[in-house]
Amino acid sequence: MTPAAVEQPQSAPLLELKGIGKEFGAIRALHDVDMKIYPGEVVGLMGDNGAGKSTLVKIIAGNFRPSHGEMVFGGDAVHFHRPVDARAVGIEVVYQDLALADNLTAAANVYLGRELTRKVGPFSLLDHKAMAARSLELFGELRSETLPYNLVKQMSGGQRQAVAIARTRLSNARLVMMDEPTAAISVRQVEQVLSLIHRLKEQGIAVMLISHRMPDVFAVSDRVVVMRRGEKRADKPIRDTSPEEVTALITGAKEAA
Amino acid sequence: MSVPMESPVTFSNVSQAKWWRRGIFATQTGYVTIALILLVVVMNFASPYFLTEGNIQNMAKNFSFIAIATLGITFVIITGGIDLSVGSMMCFAAMVTSMVMTELSTPGAAGGAWFVHLATDGKTVLANVPGLILLISVLAGLLAALIVGLINGFCVAVLGLSSFVTTLGMLSIVRGLAYVVSNGRGSFPGGPDADYFYALTSGDLYGLPAPFIYLMILALVMAVVLHHSRFGRHVFALGGNENAAEQTGISVTRVKIAVYVISALAAGLQGIIISGWLGSAPANMATSYELNVIAAAVIGGANLAGGIGGPLGAIVGCVLLEVIRNGLVLAQVNSYWQQTLVGVIIIAAVLVDRVRSKLS
Repeated sequence: MTPAAVEQPQSAPLLELKGIGKEFGAIRALHDVDMKIYPGEVVGLMGDNGAGKSTLVKIIAGNFRPSHGEMVFGGDAVHFHRPVDARAVGIEVVYQDLALADNLTAAANVYLGRELTRKVGPFSLLDHKAMAARSLELFGELRSETLPYNLVKQMSGGQRQAVAIARTRLSNARLVMMDEPTAAISVRQVEQVLSLIHRLKEQGIAVMLISHRMPDVFAVSDRVVVMRRGEKRADKPIRDTSPEEVTALITGAKEAA
Repeated sequence: MSVPMESPVTFSNVSQAKWWRRGIFATQTGYVTIALILLVVVMNFASPYFLTEGNIQNMAKNFSFIAIATLGITFVIITGGIDLSVGSMMCFAAMVTSMVMTELSTPGAAGGAWFVHLATDGKTVLANVPGLILLISVLAGLLAALIVGLINGFCVAVLGLSSFVTTLGMLSIVRGLAYVVSNGRGSFPGGPDADYFYALTSGDLYGLPAPFIYLMILALVMAVVLHHSRFGRHVFALGGNENAAEQTGISVTRVKIAVYVISALAAGLQGIIISGWLGSAPANMATSYELNVIAAAVIGGANLAGGIGGPLGAIVGCVLLEVIRNGLVLAQVNSYWQQTLVGVIIIAAVLVDRVRSKLS
């Protein structure tokens, strides 16, 4: 990595990885990865299968603990033991399957596991109105016309993404990592998802976009990071590179940039 | 290269779902209810006895005898599991209750002295508050159910065994225990509190059968718990997408154990009520009732794949089964046809649901 090549925004990095490595027994999945992500920045994380992308994401999300290196988030060194720890500081992952319960409404999914309740006598009952109202606000912020009381199973891919992303907004996430959000949805819906990413960026949230789809990464990212064989091979502003170069880096036709 | 983000994406395909695709109308429970109403109308014309007070009371009592257990198993079914041990559970809890009641009412037996003593004329006299023996025996029966439910839940939620296999094993274990503790003979509620027991299980209140009253109360509680509590929301989430439930921080293990405990307690209570009506708890009581209970739940719209179900559906399923049984008797159809018809209805109800979801 050549730090000079990376455009440095004014603010301090939100997340900084220093020499992160991970071994599974004798297999070295990640080797000495340095990376910075700034608030309001969209970083595309690319690489072939087995390049170490998901290991890296899982370390940041608290699923795995790194074998080496350290992580600094919001200025503090962090050590995550469980995903809950990462979520507590403001790191959310939107999984490829979106972790939505199809049989529940949009609002119920946004608030899943964090339901609002109100006291009725000695019982605390769900506060349906408050949850629906806040969900509607969040969908509005994301400019998605998703309705809180509609069932998720009746929704399009783009709307489902909006529900999953609204969930991360609810917890005031500062870094949202999205795992292949545009895989397996229609072209029209891809547009919706990319615009959702723009909405997050507008609100100063850092987004890490893990994707195989070159056009999508180039459409929304400020910077692209390419992984290959567990190492970071490139980390460049999007305007200083091209899909051809990134492809070459992913496949190994070009060693580093 | 870049997608024009400024142009607002339009969502012409988004609107509130049509009323007939929402709420009750979009569910199997909805049209099974309609089918039930039609059936009642038809039966009313077919037999002048069908809607008489006596027959309605009779039917209310009969369907209440499986409906409480159906409410309980619906929780398990919503999470995507199954509980095959409910029939055996009914028998076991009833047996424990009547055995404890008899034991506590026997002067000279272990613990008996606390509750009864022999009067000088040789009669057994209560030594304590009336109803105390009854209360303790019913709690003992429910405790037995609770323990079995915990074991079911532990095997499924913690050990990760399939619910079908676990509860199939438990069906056999619990039935076996019922034979062992009673030496195969079953047991009878006895002692000074037995009259209260009969009054509370097979008595009436303002013409309403007692089990029917319990059923209505429990169904209301269940509706509130399922739709207005965090626990209920998590039960549905678990059935909809267990991964999602886990990832959003829901304690999947706790919820799973809880539903098996609820199912076992409901079955236990049901068994205790049935034994009051029968006047005994024979060791072969409620054999294969699990099939009726599951059939009623499924007809009422609970989805064995998880995520769908509720108290209304459970009750409608039980009422439909009873109306058919009762109707066939009144229509003087050979009662052996009943089972065949019930089977047809199970498949028809699920088939109609399948066709409907294909169409929409």
